[in-house]
Amino acid sequence: MATFALSLKKPGVIPGFGLTMGFTLLYLALIVMIPLAGLVIKTLELSWQEFVATITDPRVVAAFEISFGISFVAALINAVFGLLVAWVLVRYDFPWRKAVDAMVDLPFALPTAVAGIALTAIYAPNGWIGQVFAKFGIEIAFTPTGIAIALVFIGLPFVVRTVEPVLRDLDPEMEEAAVCLGATRLQIFTRIILPQVTPALMAGFAMAFARALGEYGSVIFIAGNMPYKSEIVPLIIVIKLEQYDYAGATAIALVMLIASFIMLLIINLLMKWSHVRRGGGMRA
Amino acid sequence: MTDYALNIRTNHPLVESRTVRLTLIGAALFYIGIMIFLPLVIVFIEALRQGAHAYIDAITEPDALAAIKLTLLTASIAVPLNLVFGLAASWAIAKHDFRGKHLLITFIDLPFSVSPVISGLIYVLLFGSQAALGQWLDSHNIQILFAVPGIVIATIFVTFPFVAREMIPLMQEQGVEEEEAAILLGATGWQTFWRVTLPNVKWGLLYGVLLCNARAMGEFGAVSVVSGHIRGMTNTIPLHVEILYNEYNFVAAFAVASLLTVLALVTLLIKEGLERRLEKE
Repeated sequence: MATFALSLKKPGVIPGFGLTMGFTLLYLALIVMIPLAGLVIKTLELSWQEFVATITDPRVVAAFEISFGISFVAALINAVFGLLVAWVLVRYDFPWRKAVDAMVDLPFALPTAVAGIALTAIYAPNGWIGQVFAKFGIEIAFTPTGIAIALVFIGLPFVVRTVEPVLRDLDPEMEEAAVCLGATRLQIFTRIILPQVTPALMAGFAMAFARALGEYGSVIFIAGNMPYKSEIVPLIIVIKLEQYDYAGATAIALVMLIASFIMLLIINLLMKWSHVRRGGGMRA
Repeated sequence: MTDYALNIRTNHPLVESRTVRLTLIGAALFYIGIMIFLPLVIVFIEALRQGAHAYIDAITEPDALAAIKLTLLTASIAVPLNLVFGLAASWAIAKHDFRGKHLLITFIDLPFSVSPVISGLIYVLLFGSQAALGQWLDSHNIQILFAVPGIVIATIFVTFPFVAREMIPLMQEQGVEEEEAAILLGATGWQTFWRVTLPNVKWGLLYGVLLCNARAMGEFGAVSVVSGHIRGMTNTIPLHVEILYNEYNFVAAFAVASLLTVLALVTLLIKEGLERRLEKE
């Protein structure tokens, strides 16, 4: 704040602020802000009753339950296994460790449609893994389990990438002190390491959850897309658009948009928390 | 940091027993194997199921070539635009002080938290024939929706933050001292940018462009909503994969998908190299 006041009196010597700021705001307005505002305005065309009727339609409610429920489960699985993968990558040495580390980012780089058809091929009743479960009468693809697998895939890197740097920067002295005081490895993990990692773990969980909520490409191939059973919210929006029910699609989209903004807020708070805890730990 | 890692790996009381270690490594590798490697492998196995001939036919057939062309065209418009935007935004934000900086950064990041489907929907609402703008465009015979311009705009939206979010923290980290020195020594703004700022951030810039390009070429949801799915006309590579798959033409679908998989692998490889350079920077 103090530097801000100062810079007002004595503008910086670096030129180009007007030009770059003007372009930034113009481009942001044209590409992002005006179209997003259009969505809100479009929803305002609906009466409150119509809006409520659209989003409380049983098929839509079922889709909300499926999207939120399965995204939550997938993010939870990612939290557990993400912590495991991050731990192993940071603490242990094994052949191909660097390659494995690099491959963790694959879900970020692989187009979602490709992930969708590949996972379907694996988990379909005649696929490599699908046929093993099919013998026991368990179906994975074309059921909610299939949706969960796609959402675990696309959310996999988030927890690993948020937890990894925190684990790497942990202060070894605390663990050494705990050992001197007679703590076991398990006690050290649950009482010293885990509490320090928790904010980052929660941030990664929230990111994976937020990403899973909006995901479309990888899910629609494996989901089976049965109304009330395996239909996700983004698909409902697409179906409404195909029926030219723009108002209905917009109403549902607005609810999803609000949900993602809330998640964005939570993620930002968690990231700040994780940063403070990390910074404090390092400087102690 | 390295001696800590060494310490943890050799010093007995600070490390888990061999059994625990091997179990954890095994479990992690099993998980990565099933979730990451298997989908990768399956793409190529399915693509080559009927031999190299069927594979080459699938990726050289006219509709596939049209899809490849459209994807390249889309990326070649969306990526440079977002590159220019990323540079402008990071110059304004990182090299100057103003109120509302955090809010502006949050707005720039917005497209990342919007569902791809909604990213497409907002342009349908804007340019569709039910909207005022859409009607005006119709009456002037300008087709944006269900045509190439719509695909390009939706792609710009979903890849909007990539370069900017890479450049802003990097430029903030580098401070303004070098630029100020250059200006005080008589350099113009452009000279300062080209000779002082850009060389300092070139690897970070490439990193942002790389990720931006990967997403631009692979985007499915947003593009699917605005494309209209006209074969050979408005199908990008990912949309072509979907059409082939829905027609039960699995070998062709996976063959075309393998192109995107190679793109993803190359992206990861370059990214790894850039990250090493960035650490040095």
